[in-house]
Amino acid sequence: MENIRVQLPLNKEEIAKLRAGDTVLLTGIMYTARDAAHKRLVACLDEGREMPFDVKNQLIYYVGPAPASPGHAVGSAGPTTSYRMDAYAPRLLDEGLLGMMGKGKRNDKVIESMKKNGAVYFGAVGGAAALISQKIEKSEVVAYEDLGAEAIHRFTVKDFPALVIIDSLGNNVYMDGPRKYAVDPDQ
Amino acid sequence: MREIEASVIKKTIYDLILKASYEIGDDVYACVANCAECEESPSGREVLKQLKENYDIAKRERVAICQDTGMCVLFIDIGQEVHITGGDFTETVNNAVREAYKEGYLRKSVVNDPLYDRINTKDNTPAVIHTRIVPGDKIDIMVTPKGFGSENMSAIKMLVPADGEKGVIDFVVDTVKKAGPNPCPPIIVGVGIGGTFEIAALMAKRMTARSIDTVNPDPRYQRLEEELLRRINCLGIGPAGIGGRTTALKVNIETYPTHIAGMPVAINIVCHAARHAHAVI
Repeated sequence: MENIRVQLPLNKEEIAKLRAGDTVLLTGIMYTARDAAHKRLVACLDEGREMPFDVKNQLIYYVGPAPASPGHAVGSAGPTTSYRMDAYAPRLLDEGLLGMMGKGKRNDKVIESMKKNGAVYFGAVGGAAALISQKIEKSEVVAYEDLGAEAIHRFTVKDFPALVIIDSLGNNVYMDGPRKYAVDPDQ
Repeated sequence: MREIEASVIKKTIYDLILKASYEIGDDVYACVANCAECEESPSGREVLKQLKENYDIAKRERVAICQDTGMCVLFIDIGQEVHITGGDFTETVNNAVREAYKEGYLRKSVVNDPLYDRINTKDNTPAVIHTRIVPGDKIDIMVTPKGFGSENMSAIKMLVPADGEKGVIDFVVDTVKKAGPNPCPPIIVGVGIGGTFEIAALMAKRMTARSIDTVNPDPRYQRLEEELLRRINCLGIGPAGIGGRTTALKVNIETYPTHIAGMPVAINIVCHAARHAHAVI
């Protein structure tokens, strides 16, 4: 399968062409956030305060990286399970966030919001964390340092491998893929 | 009475944490490598190849296999002829965790309070310690750092005797089906059947750390392990949940006598980063 190169931050016209099942290589800047950081970001919106970075056109990677050992830009950095961010994601999509990356299912509200806002959900291979970290050239903490692994980092990545799990039309690999391989155990 | 210094226990646990975090067991490595060849789905094969490469990188560069280096769970069997000297046992274990997670560049993933504060303890303590007193003069230690992507997909149910084998099969297969891509398949499914509410859960956890090359010694439960694996792999979830035949690598069952009125069943799932390391002092 041919890899599609995708530049970060994202571009709405470009990601509208991506389809569920496409394999992509991401290059550019992405931000990390998981449970605790999402709670704070949405609290900013609730209270009318500015968020620590502008989410417009950005991709948020759901990850809490391991600390970097000497000679590495970042520690192991595979995706965390995305459904825990479902309660917050539509708020950020309404603010212009165009991409999310993690692993695992999303709920209907998130998928509806993605369709409305023309956003995409990428999957990285869960557990392939040491392999993935080799594609991250630089990592800086930009906010919430007190959260430790949950702080918001800015990653500079090159050819970061991912799969389009849910595209901007709502097509979903987690629905279509398993259907193709499911068999009746009693036959 | 044999005396064992707390410092010896600490050093052993420290080494086991690093070994478990960096090096996947030979059993899981061989199984993933094998499935990377025979998985029917092309994208599933690609995922499994990446997992194999990831194991190689982690071992070679001494970095964590997965960034979620877990809560540190320990099963420690203490021989009743052992006298531990030179320190508090629980504090010794926590000191080993504290130092290994700091010096080994492992992620600190523990918060102090589950509901209200949720402040990171910054050293991955406290550990989760399960001890048993056993005959002999040795200490047997199994360290199994447990990530929460898979932990969150676990389940327990108080079945009743009338539910029978079918009840167990339906509950296990349904739990894996509902989990779908979330726990990072291919997974290993630990199942505890019998005992009480908490014993069932404890057995299921212990079964996530049993070698996938072993089987239940009772042939009836061995057949049940095989049947559950077959049915799980008929679900089509596949590597990373994107479709394929390799959803689980193994189902491990442990049982315990139970009450006339009950049949508790607990399911603890662990992902392909099924980390554990074992030593006897």
